[in-house]
Amino acid sequence: MIVSRVATSTSERLQATFTRPVRLAVGGAGSLLVVAGCLLPWATFFFGFPGKVTLAGFPGGSRLYPLLLVAVAPLLLVAVEGRRRAGLAAAWGVFGITAFNIAAIGFGRDLPLGLLEERGGGGLGAVAIGAWLALAGGALLIAAFASLPSSDEERPFRPGLPAALELLTIALSLGLILFAVVIALEVDETSRFISLIAFATAAGMTLARLNVFAYVTELFDRHRTVTLAAAAIAAVVFPFTQGGNAYWIRVFASIGVFAAAAIGLNVVVGLAGLLDLGYIAFFGVGAYVGALFAGAARTTVHVKLPFLVVVVMGAVIAAIFGVIIGAPTLRLRGDYLAIVTLGFGEIFRILAFNFDWLTRGPNGISGVPDLAIGSYNFGATNEVLGFSLPGFANYYFVELILLAAIILAFTRLNDSRIGRAWIAIREDETAAAAMGINTYRLKMLAFGIGAFMAGAAGTVNAHVTTQVSPDSYGFLESILLLAAVVLGGMGTIGGALLGSAALFIVPEKLRSFQDKRLLLFGIALIVIIRFRPEGIVANRRRKAELHDADPSTGDASGAPPGAPVVGAVAQ
Amino acid sequence: MSVSASSAPTAATPPVLEARGVTKVFGGLTAVDGVDLEVGEREIVGLIGPNGAGKTTFFNCLTGMETPTSGRISYRGRTLSGKPHRVTESGLARTFQNIRLFPNMTALENVLVGRHCRTSQGVLSALGRGPRYRREEADGRARAHELLQFVGMDRHAETLARNLPYGDQRRLEIARALATDPGLLLLDEPTAGMNPQETASAMQLVRRIREQGLAIVVIEHDMRFIFSLCDRVAVLVQGQKLVEGTATEVQQDPRVVEAYLGKPVDGG
Repeated sequence: MIVSRVATSTSERLQATFTRPVRLAVGGAGSLLVVAGCLLPWATFFFGFPGKVTLAGFPGGSRLYPLLLVAVAPLLLVAVEGRRRAGLAAAWGVFGITAFNIAAIGFGRDLPLGLLEERGGGGLGAVAIGAWLALAGGALLIAAFASLPSSDEERPFRPGLPAALELLTIALSLGLILFAVVIALEVDETSRFISLIAFATAAGMTLARLNVFAYVTELFDRHRTVTLAAAAIAAVVFPFTQGGNAYWIRVFASIGVFAAAAIGLNVVVGLAGLLDLGYIAFFGVGAYVGALFAGAARTTVHVKLPFLVVVVMGAVIAAIFGVIIGAPTLRLRGDYLAIVTLGFGEIFRILAFNFDWLTRGPNGISGVPDLAIGSYNFGATNEVLGFSLPGFANYYFVELILLAAIILAFTRLNDSRIGRAWIAIREDETAAAAMGINTYRLKMLAFGIGAFMAGAAGTVNAHVTTQVSPDSYGFLESILLLAAVVLGGMGTIGGALLGSAALFIVPEKLRSFQDKRLLLFGIALIVIIRFRPEGIVANRRRKAELHDADPSTGDASGAPPGAPVVGAVAQ
Repeated sequence: MSVSASSAPTAATPPVLEARGVTKVFGGLTAVDGVDLEVGEREIVGLIGPNGAGKTTFFNCLTGMETPTSGRISYRGRTLSGKPHRVTESGLARTFQNIRLFPNMTALENVLVGRHCRTSQGVLSALGRGPRYRREEADGRARAHELLQFVGMDRHAETLARNLPYGDQRRLEIARALATDPGLLLLDEPTAGMNPQETASAMQLVRRIREQGLAIVVIEHDMRFIFSLCDRVAVLVQGQKLVEGTATEVQQDPRVVEAYLGKPVDGG
């Protein structure tokens, strides 16, 4: 309260004292300082801090990120009026990245919780002039943008390009996303990765506040076929770019399986509004079915069935479990449902632990063999068109087909009589029933379909990980899946994909964070829910629901919105 | 356009709605106490009474949202089952006293949800998108637009329900109820919170719905609305039906005046 009052009065004072020339001068000086600071060394002597930060004249290491952010700042200050919020995001990004790097260079390993386990820690004496200049420049930029009038009207970003250029924009945007992913994958050092995330956040917020995202999303929507085709091509081409190295192909295959399950959860949570905290159990059922009927080395069922049969079987058995669990629980609403599903999830894990005769208990089923179609072995390295494809690429493609099928199913269901009924139930179950919807049956259907998708993903996962054990299907995994859906954006495909990717890549990158993974996700969830409750990829409905800035729900007639409640009977 | 395909009334047909001795007890409170109500073809019946008289609970019993403690309710001669969605399928549709739209769906989608029980395309056909699915979807949309036009808000088809002005939200609720192809429409305070012009246009709308062949039961506190619109008026007081008759009969009945204004002081 007090803090915000001080902040308001500071920015008010800035707005009063900074006339346009002063603001331009301060902002210009800030930009120059940042540019100069990023070209000068950030550390006084070399002690292994990543990114050649002792060199002058080129922006190595994390120095590149403030430089990129500051590139848009003068433009926002001069050319585009009323862009206070966008400019502030960029300026705070510059300041934050620089401040973090000063801390990392100065104190490195001594940071609390051992968050940075790489070199660093020369004390503040190790921090060179460049970093201080960039920090000062960032502060000046913040002041300059804060002094802009805060009456920031929303202006849609609509360049009105000809169709050909629109398609080019789509291609460029997709290319940029891919490029960003590749860059992110190549950054190995913790401190640089954190700087990169900070940069991505600041740049993303700047673009979002300029409504660029809204425009690009709209373009994607309008040219859906082109976008989808381009995305599909990119996904198919990806394994060929890895030069025979299976590592990232493996990671992306895991992401794909996780995302397929997340989309299934999206049917249950995002569409029908049923909070299911035990969802991973269905994924587990699929995984066990997949492992048991694959002819694994250490198993209890010595039957090997064709892969496609097993996928369908796993999905159907998971769906049956879904209906069995749903039948008694779906009469409950809201919090009660969440608690009961949580209990059922635990029951699954404990059963898997104890039914030794079927699941081999804590040992699990392991040694799931490679798939083979005829003489074609999925585990072997292949030469395709002169490119060497690691064996794992085959599973990557299997996962891609599964994901495509699940995405198609989700989109079609979402926009159908069934999807509308689910959304109606989420919005107001009583009214939905009064409109002739059999709410119980439809909720059961959502549960069953969600479980079906998770089961299919689970069977594929058994082959991706080659082993299945009860520990992989606990409460934590359910929560992670839910976090992926919420982080990415409920009820959207892009959200589930992005959320799953984030939850996989970030721990992969921040090895020193491994033990603190949950802490990190907890913080990320809090930040997202505070600042962007609809998730990174927003669903139109969610956005309307959560940003209730438009009070026009009230009335145009002069009647109070909560019209006189008369004649109410004891209910 | 026609809102309902109900046949012309003949002497032999049973009444649209027949409620006999409907009683609802909550713990020690008898909210509705042995109420009888009969509604004929194309009839508009008003239901009035002071606050807490049991009008909304009576509606809830009719639509299956509450299970009556005792009594029998039948629609066109068929006894209604308890489940709300079954009741709606049979041909009763309702609106709510405090608007209950699906706020984050567009006006059109709200009406389409009302079509749910008159359509049948399931999961597999939604996935397959065959010709039959596409035809049903197109028909549903056409019908929904027709209904939005009927209540005069087709231009708001793509607006989220939560962003509609208050009066439009009331009208959208009626359109959504009409989308279930009802033979009897139950309106729970359709003009609550409306200004005189809006009330007048709501009255027009109710008359036009009747012209389409529907019977209507309406709870309302606006007496001018009730007495100029209804063929018959029933007065509910403390859960019991006190009087039933034409507008004039009810207005002149001393018991009604007493229920609303209290007993005159002796000699006063």
